[in-house]
Amino acid sequence: MSHSTPLSDSQLSSRWLLHNDRGGQLLLLVLLLAATVLPYLNLALPADHPWHFSTYNLNLLGKYLCYALLAMSVDLVWGYMGFLSLGHGAFFALGGYVMGMYLMRQIGDRGVYGNPELPDFMVFLNWQELPWYWQGFDLFPFVLVMIVLVPGVLAFIFGWFAFRSRVNGVYLSIISQALTYALMLAFFRNEMGFGGNNGLTDFKEILGFSINEQNTRVALFVASAVATAAGYLCCRYIVNSRAGRVVRAVRDAENRARFLGYEVDKYQLWLLVFSAMMAGVAGALYVPQVGIINPGEFSPLNSIEIVIWVAIGGRATLYGAVVGAIGVNYAKSWFTAAMPEFWLFGLGALFVLATLWLPRGITGLLSYRGRR
Amino acid sequence: MNTFQKVFDAVDQVSRNKRALTPSSKTYADTVLYLEGVSVAFDGFKAINDLNFYVNDGELRCVIGPNGAGKTTMMDIITGKTRPDKGIVLFGEETNLLELSEPEIANIGIGRKFQKPTVFEALSVFENLELAAAGDKSVMATLRNPMSAEQRDSVQAVAETVALESLLNKEAQVLSHGQKQWLEIGMLLMQQPRLLLVDEPVAGMTHQEMDRTGELLTGLAGQHTVVVVEHDMDFVRSLDSRVTVLHQGSVLAEGSMASVRDNPDVIKVYLGE
Repeated sequence: MSHSTPLSDSQLSSRWLLHNDRGGQLLLLVLLLAATVLPYLNLALPADHPWHFSTYNLNLLGKYLCYALLAMSVDLVWGYMGFLSLGHGAFFALGGYVMGMYLMRQIGDRGVYGNPELPDFMVFLNWQELPWYWQGFDLFPFVLVMIVLVPGVLAFIFGWFAFRSRVNGVYLSIISQALTYALMLAFFRNEMGFGGNNGLTDFKEILGFSINEQNTRVALFVASAVATAAGYLCCRYIVNSRAGRVVRAVRDAENRARFLGYEVDKYQLWLLVFSAMMAGVAGALYVPQVGIINPGEFSPLNSIEIVIWVAIGGRATLYGAVVGAIGVNYAKSWFTAAMPEFWLFGLGALFVLATLWLPRGITGLLSYRGRR
Repeated sequence: MNTFQKVFDAVDQVSRNKRALTPSSKTYADTVLYLEGVSVAFDGFKAINDLNFYVNDGELRCVIGPNGAGKTTMMDIITGKTRPDKGIVLFGEETNLLELSEPEIANIGIGRKFQKPTVFEALSVFENLELAAAGDKSVMATLRNPMSAEQRDSVQAVAETVALESLLNKEAQVLSHGQKQWLEIGMLLMQQPRLLLVDEPVAGMTHQEMDRTGELLTGLAGQHTVVVVEHDMDFVRSLDSRVTVLHQGSVLAEGSMASVRDNPDVIKVYLGE
């Protein structure tokens, strides 16, 4: 082996994207299997068959995949850019609200009040017509655009102010937390026109398919798996590109990057916008699977939990975020069923233990040869 | 004072600045860096006080001075990190550096090495040099285009210049202090700047490393203009260049190392009364 030939993987861009990325290869394989085998086990096998995979579990797993996508979006900005976002729940919730608005419009006249135009809560508030910002949400292509546009625009405005004025570190984290808190308070107000406290719920159909139908559930699960895989590939592409290395350079020595001629704030801004869009997609897939979106999703606690998933799974690996999100949420399901009052202690303990003994998370423990 | 007077003063100030911004070619034909009447104060403390500093194209210049003389602040002003309260800072013949941001200044050809070696610790030596390479540094360009073959070749060449060619795939954090200094100098070279500002390049280096750094910097002068800020007098002497002594934010003396050393003002500042 000659020392002077510099051929590390990052330099050979012509190689396959996941070359040398064992974790990523494994993740995509698992997602592919999950998206094909589990629907088969659910749809083709009768309910009393020992291999049957229940719709309930499939739905649960679909929800966790949305969390996984969300966790990846946080890992992208935290692990690679060093922005500990304590407000990513806001982008997730906005994507969720956009989808919720679409689903509300799909109810049509099947609501309690039978108004073909207005969602029930508007009738209840004695509103006479649909507010301007609800227009167009009955059209699915428009909704698809808004799912990424709304969180993206919010992230752009937030990032434009924050990064241009070179706010960083703890201050930036606190501002991001304030952002999601402010949105929570705003969405709690009935006058906002998003159902206030109760949020949006009682959905009936998505794209003409009944939302509680087994087939629809399976389709949503598959969509979540595909979105998670696509999200991973996009993130991996960014991280492996030169732009990805610039971002890591900014994380480690911001001034050095600036004096090399990089407009640091633009890199930070675009990565945050992309990450927010990913979170929005996750939220949009989440809402039809859980059947409700309310202002509680903006709660700062939710955003902190995402950070914990990423920390436990392993930062700056992307697949670690997936492992963390799914692992912690399975633990949560189990805990809240077995010993509901102890879950928060369990979560706290996990975080402390991970920080003390697993600074690189579960995936750090598993990658026996290190990340080099 | 009435309003008219104020307006008049303001107009007068602007026209004076304008006149100053168009230096006659006779005097500044080969001046690459031109600082005149520059002052900056931090909370009343005058870090730079009516500083005049000129560097010729291709020159190697050393800047020395006791702690707090304003050496690093001067570099901050040139690279856009600190804005002076008043004064003129020109690069080449007409580029007004006071109107540009730090990345813009870097992209027109001014490279800077920090006092504390600053490299990207988590990236490999290769990647450090790669990111420093001259070229389009917009988000879209770096997202889409990998390095060109020429850039890769120049990484190899620069790595050899700074004696890091066998460590290209190592993470920068495993390098020794001296190697980090060299890596940072290498990153400056990748930028292909017209002017290099080098802040304390030999801090923490062994004598051997110092000699090598000296050779490197002397070799760069000519093609590039190099301004070195340094505390180590032996090193400055070995560079055998024109020396500027800063004291309390302005120039105390300028000339060859020998003439500066015999200057009574300099002796007073360095040795006390």
